[in-house]
Amino acid sequence: MTRRSWIGWGFTGPFLAVFALVFLAPIAYSAYLSVFRTQLVGGTTFVGLENYTKALSDPQFWEALTRVGLFLVIQVPIMLFLALLIALAIDSGRLYGAAFFRISIFLPYAVPAVVATLMWGFMYGSRIGLVGNLNESFGWAIPDPLAPDLILTAIGNIVTWEFVGYNMIILYSGLRVVDTALYEAAAIDGAGQFRIIRAIKLPALRGPLVVATIFSIIGSFQLFNEPQILDTLAPNSITTYFTPNVYAYQLSFAGQQVNYSATIALIMGVVTMLVAYLFQRRGMRGAER
Amino acid sequence: MMITRRRALLGAALSITLLAAGCGGSDDSDSGGAAAETTVSEADVQAALDAGGAIKVWAWEPTLKQVVADFQKKYPKVKVELVNSGTGNDAYTALQNAITAGTGVPDVAQIEYYALPQYALAKNLTDLNTFGASGLDGTFTPGTWNSVHAGEAVYGLPMDSGPMALFYNKEVFDKHGIAVPATWQEYAAAAEKLHAADPKAYITSDSGDAGFTTSMIWQAGGKPYTVDGTNVGVNFSDPGTQKFTGLWQPLIDKKLLNPVPGWSDGWYQGLADGTIASLVIGAWMPANLESGVKAGNGKWRVAPMPQWEAGGKATSENGGSSIAIPEKAANKTLAYAFLKYATVDEGAATRAANGAFPATTKELGSTEFLGKEFPYFGGQKVNEVLAASAGQVVPGWSYLPFQVYANSIYGDTVGKAYLGQGTLQDGLKSWQDASVKYGQEQGFTVK
Repeated sequence: MTRRSWIGWGFTGPFLAVFALVFLAPIAYSAYLSVFRTQLVGGTTFVGLENYTKALSDPQFWEALTRVGLFLVIQVPIMLFLALLIALAIDSGRLYGAAFFRISIFLPYAVPAVVATLMWGFMYGSRIGLVGNLNESFGWAIPDPLAPDLILTAIGNIVTWEFVGYNMIILYSGLRVVDTALYEAAAIDGAGQFRIIRAIKLPALRGPLVVATIFSIIGSFQLFNEPQILDTLAPNSITTYFTPNVYAYQLSFAGQQVNYSATIALIMGVVTMLVAYLFQRRGMRGAER
Repeated sequence: MMITRRRALLGAALSITLLAAGCGGSDDSDSGGAAAETTVSEADVQAALDAGGAIKVWAWEPTLKQVVADFQKKYPKVKVELVNSGTGNDAYTALQNAITAGTGVPDVAQIEYYALPQYALAKNLTDLNTFGASGLDGTFTPGTWNSVHAGEAVYGLPMDSGPMALFYNKEVFDKHGIAVPATWQEYAAAAEKLHAADPKAYITSDSGDAGFTTSMIWQAGGKPYTVDGTNVGVNFSDPGTQKFTGLWQPLIDKKLLNPVPGWSDGWYQGLADGTIASLVIGAWMPANLESGVKAGNGKWRVAPMPQWEAGGKATSENGGSSIAIPEKAANKTLAYAFLKYATVDEGAATRAANGAFPATTKELGSTEFLGKEFPYFGGQKVNEVLAASAGQVVPGWSYLPFQVYANSIYGDTVGKAYLGQGTLQDGLKSWQDASVKYGQEQGFTVK
């Protein structure tokens, strides 16, 4: 018995060591940081859970959290619906040049988010960008996409462009594993394409959709690169507390409030895991029936 | 970034804290009063130069490139890596990251005067008295020398200064028959006239710039910041501030300011194509115009800063940088050798000759410097105007010891006024409130 368990440790040891080093240790260190406060005048003092109570009543944190929440409930369904349509179209076998579409729609995922944002930033420019050129050439009056009331939509557009292909691949691979005998049987029973989609393909996609949604939930809460880079183009539209991550970054590097920043990071980690977990439970419940 | 794996989620969240690792333990809290003793002599510095080595310099000031080349030629064993880590706040974020992480810290960093107190207070910079820097008293203009001091400690050597002046595109002004404004009233009238004549052209650009706003308030005689050790006051309701908002608010309301953010691609483009017709900015601007706006060659001129009262002679400083040695720098002795070369010795003259505005009294007073004709400015003796401005700076201004942070939240607060949400005065009030709150959280006594 003892001998057997030692062998097990030998196999999992390397993993556990790395896991502890890169995963548990940083969390523990963040938690350690989050119970202190370092001031420019006065140095470091132990403050217990003060940073946590401060965060929960911090209007800037709540504004940031609400903003990514809004982003989540609007952008993610649009993106996943588009990904679903494309996956179904490519899988239907009726699309000419399916392989070309598959790769070209996936391609934006290979563009680094920083580059993608810069590129879109230039297109959005209402003075020297594409929007400005269109307005000038055709006498249009496209509103400035980088204005405060539109910037979240503009970011949603960038993120959708970047990730629709990625999600499409997840869904498409879900469709590829469906037993083709099912389609034959459905055809013999006289089912049309839409019937096949509703009765076979969509139920088969439940798992992949849940996975894609969880990835997107995490991604939404982690929103950072796009607002951070657009900030140089539209400094007044992107506040220093635009998203929780932007806020944590600002606190840490502009405000030198490392302890409070660690607190925000930990709270966001917990919130994200909680939402993802609840969604997974809810999403998978039907599948077990 | 949409990070798409759950593990990456925590990884990203925690990378912030990992970077923070080096930062926890600074427990000394005094704001640096007494001078450190000289422990490295000039002979030691010379020995280090002869022995050679490599140093890393983070700076964005363009004339340093030539200085670095000359320095390496003079001391062939020394290798200097000059890195542009961004301008202003971007550079400070990069520097703060490096200092916090404890690795990749440059040996020399360009730090603007307004930002020095914050780094000095956090003990992130080397007190140059260890190299006998106090012996340089009298080498620099009193204003800049004062700016690098915290008590007796010297935290950087002044590299340039930024007394303000009006830089304008003469071609655009002439085309629309606009006279060079001598007062702010004339300036506002010129803004209106220019934009009416050419709807694409603006007198200047401003999308909200903390440095510009504070310099304007400074010139108007305002003193919103009072600093006495760790006792700090912030008050933007003084008459100087109201003078500025009274001038600037109508320009915003009438959309007479090009809203392109400063130092962006669009900004350089606007300066080049004449849609940004003038800038009220620091005396370090000529070198930046020459390198960044080549199309403006021969078109630009420099005039004294517009005045609040006709015939007045009041100016303020805008920016201006020192170069400093971070506390965690690897090769401090070589770094100091470079500092001295670039700001006091041959480098100072080289930089002045290439269009930088020096902080050394020797260069400022030299007939060669004052009489230099700038082809970029149509042969104008630009330095005469700028040196005159340097002598007219309104005394008594101070920045907050956490000005870098305050400036970073300027867009959150005053920025709203540039979008038509509330007035500048409202925005300045919320900037004040946010600065006070931060100061209190950081342990300052804030009034």
